[in-house]
Amino acid sequence: MRVTRRFCRHRPMPSDVHGCLLLSVARGKVDVMSTASVPPLVLISGPEDVLAERALATVLSGAKVADVEVITLEAATYEAGSISVHASPSLFGGDRCLVVRDVHEASDDLQLDVLALVASPAPDVSLVVVHGGGPRGRKIIDAMKKAGARVIDCPAVKSDRDKTDFVQHEFAAAHRRITGEGVRALIEAVGKDLRELASACAALVADTEGTIDDAVVDTYHGGKVEATGFRVADATIAGQTGEALRLLRHAIASGVDPVPIVAVLASQLRQLIKVGSAGRGGSAQLAKTLGMAPWQVDKARRSVGHWSGDGLGVALQAVAAADFEVKGGGRDPVYAVERAILTVTRARGIR
Amino acid sequence: MTVWNDLVGQEPTIATLSRAVADETAMTHAWLFTGPPGSGRSTAARAFAAALQCPDGGCGTCIECRTALDGSHADVKVVSTQGLSIKVAEMRELVQEAALRPSVGRWRVIIIEDADRLTAYSDAPANALLKALEEPTPRTVWMLCAPSLEDVIITIRSRSRHVRLRTPAIAAVAELLQRRDGADPAMALYAARAAQSHVGLARRLARDEGARIRRHDVISMATKIVGVGDAIGAAADLAQIADEESSASGAERDAAERARLLELLGADPTARTQPPHIRSQVSALEKEQKTRATRFARDMIDRSLVDLTSIYRDALVTSLGSGVALVNPDAIDKVRALAGVFSPEGLLAAMDAINEARDRINANVPPLLALEAMALQLRVPRDLGA
Repeated sequence: MRVTRRFCRHRPMPSDVHGCLLLSVARGKVDVMSTASVPPLVLISGPEDVLAERALATVLSGAKVADVEVITLEAATYEAGSISVHASPSLFGGDRCLVVRDVHEASDDLQLDVLALVASPAPDVSLVVVHGGGPRGRKIIDAMKKAGARVIDCPAVKSDRDKTDFVQHEFAAAHRRITGEGVRALIEAVGKDLRELASACAALVADTEGTIDDAVVDTYHGGKVEATGFRVADATIAGQTGEALRLLRHAIASGVDPVPIVAVLASQLRQLIKVGSAGRGGSAQLAKTLGMAPWQVDKARRSVGHWSGDGLGVALQAVAAADFEVKGGGRDPVYAVERAILTVTRARGIR
Repeated sequence: MTVWNDLVGQEPTIATLSRAVADETAMTHAWLFTGPPGSGRSTAARAFAAALQCPDGGCGTCIECRTALDGSHADVKVVSTQGLSIKVAEMRELVQEAALRPSVGRWRVIIIEDADRLTAYSDAPANALLKALEEPTPRTVWMLCAPSLEDVIITIRSRSRHVRLRTPAIAAVAELLQRRDGADPAMALYAARAAQSHVGLARRLARDEGARIRRHDVISMATKIVGVGDAIGAAADLAQIADEESSASGAERDAAERARLLELLGADPTARTQPPHIRSQVSALEKEQKTRATRFARDMIDRSLVDLTSIYRDALVTSLGSGVALVNPDAIDKVRALAGVFSPEGLLAAMDAINEARDRINANVPPLLALEAMALQLRVPRDLGA
């Protein structure tokens, strides 16, 4: 029996009839125009899980509309040959969509099978590959790009600006307004993990009405702080004893180890001393000679005016003592860090 | 010329060992040599081994003596390690070997240079040795070397005869450097003093210009730290010197070890990527090399800190007028300058700060941070030049 091909897909071009699926996930935006079907080759690549999941859901929503059978394959449990089994023509016809997840952890078998399918596409079968970043499976990415796959990037959302864009887009998509302070409060409370941030946005949209400002965010997320060693160190060096201790407690409570906190504090103080004793000069020039980044030089310059040399000396010695204590020299690591913070903030007053 | 020539300043020990060689009733099957680093523990053990093998009781010139001293004698086995510990499998093999009669010489001698490192997975390697020490094979002699009695387990201690080496006198070390290494008298005296009687270190100082310069730099640091910035800079220099030294001396050996491992595994050393099972072995080796490099860098820093302590010690001796010989008479102006600006209490506090840094580095505080805290404590009111 000869299987008739209902239609032969050609490579997607910008003006392609199937090409109305436009995805741009840069900076946390997911602009999707739904489509009646799935393009023959889709590559979702990038480390941000949330964005990748959303992109996949969008791609597959097209499959639902067009009544395409979706077959999902996980890299971890892949058995050699499965792809060609699923991609070979079926007796009953019908379009299929093969989704291969976690290709960045793919075994050699899976890589070879995917590459084979990309090299000789099967009719009526579209292939969606999800790659989480990393060197593994690079060949697949290259091959798919070369074959003209639709590429959806999911870059890591790390900086505060990216997160701000993401949050604003979340609320805009839900046709809700959020103030600038509201965005900042939300990111400060739950901004560590993008997934958490996304679900917090969804919860706020569902639970509240009207414009969302920092008061509303505070009602739901008040008292929660995303504390890191860097924020503890910043507050300490700025001489804000209470704030530094509060942040330290938050950081410890949310699982940050005392060891990196002390390390950050030490490196910040070291930078202050270096910049303080380096004298004048352009920050770019200074950054080069001191082995620091220009923004670190600028930041240190802003703080160093409040410090005397002796004060910095006392502070760094206190931090060295704390480092010894958190590594087994003392009985209570948290107390050691607290005491170091107290000594450092007090040392700021030494003239 | 006798086999004891290179063992300087240890006359009582030489007397004991010579008597054991001459009189079989004064001999025993297990000896434990202890003494400070550089006092010649392994030298003593080798010399003793040579004396036992020599038909004339240690002439130092016959083939038996010479091969025993350089460790190539058929019946003298020398065990040492550059790793962190000696493994139990190695010791079990050694115990088997110890049961054999000597092949050419009068005794089968087994020297363990790092008996303090019989510690892989608790005390198993040391325990493997116990039976052999307890029920000795006739004509087999064990010689264990360790820094102090506390470094070997008590059951080994009680089964062996203890020989304690003392810190040799400066003059004796200087004399050895002149005689053996051909150093000129002034240099030999300087090196022996600066190394504080550590024979191996003194030899390096006498022969290696770089080592002398580095030591001088470290000592000079004491008079130059004025501001907080100087302290941070000095600490960074100290840490960096150690790192450079460690990577320079390690890189070549690391590459050679890697090449040998690949050869053993039958891998192609020119391949861009190795198969997984070889990669895992290579990465295990690299991890081991990294530990070794870290350890070496820390040892280097520790050595520098001992040198640094010596100048404060000299300043203290000078300011108290106690008339004890100085370690750094060549840097007398620096010593006087330090004694001038610091009170005796201040000098003691400086030495405490240095020792605290050593303790902290041992407790895994980043060396740079520990050195910074130390250097801050060592600030002087003005640049003492000198």
